[in-house]
Amino acid sequence: MSDSTRSILLAGVGGQGILRASDIISLALMSAGHDVKKSEVHGMAQRGGCVTSHVRYGKKVYSPISRKGEVDILLSFEKLETLRYLDYLKADGAVIVNEEEIYPPSVNLGLEKYPAGIEKTVGRYFKKVKSVNASRIAEQAGNPRTANTVMIGVLSNCLDLALVVWERVINRAFPEKLVKDNITAFHLGRSA
Amino acid sequence: MKELLSGNEAIARGAYECGARFAAGYPGTPSTEIMEEFAKYPDVYAEWAPNEKVALETAIGAGLAGARAMAVMKHVGVNVAADPLFTVSYTGTNGALVIITADDPSLHSSQNEQDNRNYAKFAKVPMLEPSSSQEAKDFARLAFEISERFDTPVFLRTTTRLSHSKSIVNIGEPDVREGREGIKINPAKYVMVPMNARARRMEVEKRLGALRDFAETFPENRIEWNSREAGVIASGMAYNYAKEAFPEYSFLKLGMAYPMPDRMIREFAAGVRKLYVVEELDPFIEEHVRTLGIEATGKEIFPAMNEFDPGIIEHAITGIKPESRITPPKIPARPPNLCPGCPHRGLFYVLGKLNAFVSGDIGCYTLSFMEPLMGLHSCICMGASIGMAHGMSRALGDKGRGKVVGVIGDSTFVHSGITPLLNSAYNRSNIVVVICDNRTTAMTGMQDHPATGRTLLGNETVRLDFEKLAAALGIESIRVIDPRKIRETRTALKEELLKEGPSVVISRGACVLLRTGKKEETRKKLRVDADKCTGCGVCLGLGCPPISWKKFESARTSSRGKVQEGTAVIDPALCAGCTLCRQICGAGAIQEAVE
Repeated sequence: MSDSTRSILLAGVGGQGILRASDIISLALMSAGHDVKKSEVHGMAQRGGCVTSHVRYGKKVYSPISRKGEVDILLSFEKLETLRYLDYLKADGAVIVNEEEIYPPSVNLGLEKYPAGIEKTVGRYFKKVKSVNASRIAEQAGNPRTANTVMIGVLSNCLDLALVVWERVINRAFPEKLVKDNITAFHLGRSA
Repeated sequence: MKELLSGNEAIARGAYECGARFAAGYPGTPSTEIMEEFAKYPDVYAEWAPNEKVALETAIGAGLAGARAMAVMKHVGVNVAADPLFTVSYTGTNGALVIITADDPSLHSSQNEQDNRNYAKFAKVPMLEPSSSQEAKDFARLAFEISERFDTPVFLRTTTRLSHSKSIVNIGEPDVREGREGIKINPAKYVMVPMNARARRMEVEKRLGALRDFAETFPENRIEWNSREAGVIASGMAYNYAKEAFPEYSFLKLGMAYPMPDRMIREFAAGVRKLYVVEELDPFIEEHVRTLGIEATGKEIFPAMNEFDPGIIEHAITGIKPESRITPPKIPARPPNLCPGCPHRGLFYVLGKLNAFVSGDIGCYTLSFMEPLMGLHSCICMGASIGMAHGMSRALGDKGRGKVVGVIGDSTFVHSGITPLLNSAYNRSNIVVVICDNRTTAMTGMQDHPATGRTLLGNETVRLDFEKLAAALGIESIRVIDPRKIRETRTALKEELLKEGPSVVISRGACVLLRTGKKEETRKKLRVDADKCTGCGVCLGLGCPPISWKKFESARTSSRGKVQEGTAVIDPALCAGCTLCRQICGAGAIQEAVE
């Protein structure tokens, strides 16, 4: 296990299940023996605003938040939000983007445009970019609300954790009737 | 057993493990979960008080009865509780009294970013400041022990970043603690008339002296010697950031933010060539270090505003700002918004068009100051809406007739709106007070309050009746409206504004996120009939998340010969079916969506 602290940044919009997702990721890292800290800001964010969650792990983690330019993986649940936090990534960082678009109020009002060509902008700065349609995959998994678990599945390919660790944590994280859909969503995301 | 706990969960756990069984608080981000988590433990008593002053007085009483009690609030809540705070410092606690203050550097969800370490010094009360969830749990126990040992209230200060970060905590078994509750009568200690208070004032000084000595040997004030080239004095979250940015430096970590260990500070300062004080917000430690005649680098390089991260500290010390290779494109902001179906939307849509000054308050509805609703014009603190409206009305005299409204949420009204409403009745101003009654404390996540009829522990209780209360306070015109009916809302407000003296309008509609347990009415989602939509954009004025504007590739001319640039669209996935848009659409273009 490397001594250095690694950082994942989850970003998206209130209501997308980001906090639950970062809980699951943190618990998986913890059960694999890492020191883990995660941090988020909620409150006003619940009302459709931006939500971010930092997950940091390693041998000994001090700060629960990352500085700009040091994040290893940006897990973005909404396309536009990817751009907002791009400068947190380090040069060889990886970006995972959910293709979902959620319009902010100014776009709804027709005052501003939802930016076009986001994938292109991201690709200009970063080599490792993975784009998925988590909502569609979640529907395939049988439950549209499992999009966040799909994203965890995609992320799992970038982390050195045993499959059984993920499955155990997901099993515990959801009420029994939702476990099956979420396990399916996780696997579909992992193979996406 | 190890668990991943937030700072708030850890504080609740720590209090429970050390035998605290009594807590009172008022919800406020970032403190709310402490009470909610504590209330889940077996055999505890925990209550939502109407406000922080009542919560603290309740906890003082419990402590006086011998219990280990805590009062929980956000930073601005301590302002409300300041009156009892400054004098319970004199009386001492008998049992134990821990006051949790949850500060909010960067104002993530607050109206200011006051640094409540100042309250510790101001009220002469010791303060502990944890920097991780493990410390949050451990320091909760230490806070109760210090309170009992020194017969003093103790502050435990957290910040948003600690409260809402999770890290690994060792869970312990709860102590078995003999009940020490009982009535003790000791007027000289507990009746703070001048004669007694003067004597207690001396006790406070003695206690502070003893606490200063204690701070020197308190294990959570510790020196971590490393390179002597530079040393950092820090506490709380700032310690983590500095430690991560400069692990090679020596550190003096202060677990007790007040009073500080002077001998230890001197020893540390003498042991390093260059001394930094790293702290968020005010130069609280720095100023103390300087009073000891010690040179230190602090706020001349570290920001006095907002929370830190390791990068900010690195940049401040090295003077090198890392260049970002990314030129961020200009992207639309994403401010929080009222939810689809929110009962406040109809009310504030009307208020924004009344040509009146709307004196606002603290709650979700404060968001309606933004475009396009723009239905709220001031916000200072809990309860200020009514007092300010009253003052404005009296100052404007006839010029203000029919033009001053105060709006306040149900929980906020109970918190601190009752006395200013009484004042408005007593001192006769011409205002309309709207109680935005969504049946819960929505902003902080659906907490009960005296007007919901349920307690924190989930018991049914008496329900405060706003109509009867307003009448008892001397309000003559009281009416209840449904804010999801725009015409009714507009008519009611206009009528009330014309009346002499203060009126109360109760705008009643449950929060869309509130789970009542009752079967909820299913509402049909709506859609825009593109053939009927004239593209006028009136519905966009609601600022409702599902309604968006779709511009045509090229302008069209409608059957009635009008040029139309685009049309409104409703996202069926988000629509709550509240029908506000249908009510204001002049073209009759909004209809129930066919499933």
